Amino acid sequence: MSATAPITLSARNLIRRFGQREVIHGVSLELRHGEVLGLLGHNGAGKSTTLQMLTGALLPHSGQIEICGFDLSRQPQNAKAKIGFLPETPPLYREMSVNDFLIFAAKLHRVPRAHIMDALTETKRRCGLQDSGKKIIGTLSKGYQQRVGIAQAIIHQPEVIILDEPTVGLDPSQIRDIRELIRELGNTHSVILSTHLLGEVESICDRVEIMHHGRLIYGDISTKMQQYGSQPGFIVTLLAPPALSELQAIAEVQQVDQLSATQFRILHTVNTNPSAALLALAAQHGWQAEQLVPLQTRLEDVFMQITQDEKS
Amino acid sequence: MILTIAHKEFRSLFVIPSTWLILGALQFIFAWFFLARLDAFLQVQSQLAQLANAPGATLAVAAPLFGTIALILMMLIPIFTMRLIAEERRNQTLTLLMSAPVSDIHIVVGKFIGLMLFLLLIIASCMLMVLTLAAGTQLDTGLILTNALGLILLAASYVALGLYISSLTAQPVVAAIGALALFFGLWLVEISAVDSHNSWRALAPTSHFQSFNIGLLNSTDLIFFLLFCTAFLLLTIRRLHNNRIYS
Repeated sequence: MSATAPITLSARNLIRRFGQREVIHGVSLELRHGEVLGLLGHNGAGKSTTLQMLTGALLPHSGQIEICGFDLSRQPQNAKAKIGFLPETPPLYREMSVNDFLIFAAKLHRVPRAHIMDALTETKRRCGLQDSGKKIIGTLSKGYQQRVGIAQAIIHQPEVIILDEPTVGLDPSQIRDIRELIRELGNTHSVILSTHLLGEVESICDRVEIMHHGRLIYGDISTKMQQYGSQPGFIVTLLAPPALSELQAIAEVQQVDQLSATQFRILHTVNTNPSAALLALAAQHGWQAEQLVPLQTRLEDVFMQITQDEKS
Repeated sequence: MILTIAHKEFRSLFVIPSTWLILGALQFIFAWFFLARLDAFLQVQSQLAQLANAPGATLAVAAPLFGTIALILMMLIPIFTMRLIAEERRNQTLTLLMSAPVSDIHIVVGKFIGLMLFLLLIIASCMLMVLTLAAGTQLDTGLILTNALGLILLAASYVALGLYISSLTAQPVVAAIGALALFFGLWLVEISAVDSHNSWRALAPTSHFQSFNIGLLNSTDLIFFLLFCTAFLLLTIRRLHNNRIYS
C-alpha cells in the first residue's frame, strides 16, 4: 500500500440514530486501494452499524459516503456495484445450491452474462469451494457457509470488500485459511473488516481504527498500535537462571521481574532489543535459555490506555 | 434485475418439498370439484335441454370451478407471500438484496413477478382441465378468457397485499396469519353486504371478480385491480425504503 494509491472509499461525519438515541457520532473513514483496514471494538461499539451504512443497507442520518467517486446516496446503484459485503450473519439462501446461489449473487451485482461462469470458477477456487458447487448451502458446515458468504462478496470483483467479523465461530484452521484469503484479497482490492480480536488485526490489517461508543478514538498502522502506551519487553525462560543483577546488567534492559523460578519478564527501551545480547550471554554462561516470548499487548490494555488518554 | 430476482423466487419455490405437495393437492381438489360439477351437469342435462335459453357446459361447470379457485387462492396465497420478505428478514438474507446494486422497486416487483409466475402455473393447469370439455361440447371461450383474466387479477391483488403484510414483520407466521385475516375480512365484507351497491362491498377484490366470473369485462373492475396492486406495491417499496432509515 502506498500513500498515493487512489482513495476507494471515504466516509465523512456519519451520524446514525436509533430512535432518539444516537449510536454513531460523526465517524469519518478513508480507505485506499490495496489496503486492509481493521475496525476494532467491543461488542456494541457500533462496528456493524457503521459497516451497514457503508454498504447502503442502512442510511445515515447525516454524513456522506463516496465509493470510487460515486456518492452512495445520489448514485446508489453505481456505488453499490463496487462493494462486496459479508454481514455478521452470512446472507445465504439455505435451500439453494452453492453454484445457484453464487450465480444469483453475480447476476445481482451486474456481472456480464458471458463472464459469470468464469467468475464462478475463479471465486470457488479462491475460497476453496471447488468440490462444494452442487451441495445445498443448508447442509454445509459453518466454516463452509462462511466461505460461501465471502465468495458471494467477491464474485463481482468489487473495489471495496466489507467483511463484518469474518472469522467468528470458525475453528482455528478455518480461521487461518480465511485470514490468508483476506490477506490475498487485500493485495488487489480494498478491504474493511470488523473484529474484536487484536490478533486478527495484527495478522492481516495494514491499518486499524478503534471504535468505542460510536466514535473512532484511535487510528494508526496496526504494528504501532500493538506498542501503544505499553513498554516493549519479553518473557524469557532460563532453566539455570543467574542472579537478577546479572540480567539487570545487560545493556538496554530497564527492568527485570522474576515471575517464577525460571521465568523472567524483561522490559527494555523503545527501539532497542537486548534479546540477542541476552541469548549470547545465556549460551556463554550455560543459563539454558528455553523460550523467549515478546510481551503481547491485549486489546483490553490498549483500550484502557487509549480511553484514559482520551479523558485526560 | 427484476427478472433475476423473479427467476430466483420462482426457482426457490420448487426446491421446497411443500410446494410440490401443495401443487399436487390443488390438482386433486380441482379435479374432484370439476368432476363433481360435470357429473351434476350430465344428470340435469336432459332437463336443461328442454329450456329455451339453457346454460351451457362452460357456465354450468367451468364458472363455478373458477369461483372455487378464487376462494382457494385466497387461502393459499398467504402461505407463499409470507416467505417473500418476512422470511428473508428473519434469516437475515435481506441484507444481500439491500446492499446489492438494485433499487427497492426491483426487489419488490421482482418478488411480485416471481410469485405471479408460479400462480399463473396453477391457473393455467385449471384452464387445461376446463379445456378438456372441448372434446365433448362447444366451449364459450369468451367466458373462459374473462375468468382467466379475473383470476390472474385477483391473484395479483392478493399477492400485492400479502407482500405488503410480509414487509411489515420479521415473522413469516405473523405475515401469513395477518394476510389471511385481511383476505377473509375483505371477503366477509363482500358476502355480508345485503345490498349489492353497498360502497363497502367495492373494497373487496372478490366482489370485483364476480363480474369476470359471469363473463363481464367491466372497466371499473379492471381499474380497481390495477389500483389495488399498484397501491400495495408502492406501499411495500416505501416500507423497504423506510427499513433502511428506521430499522
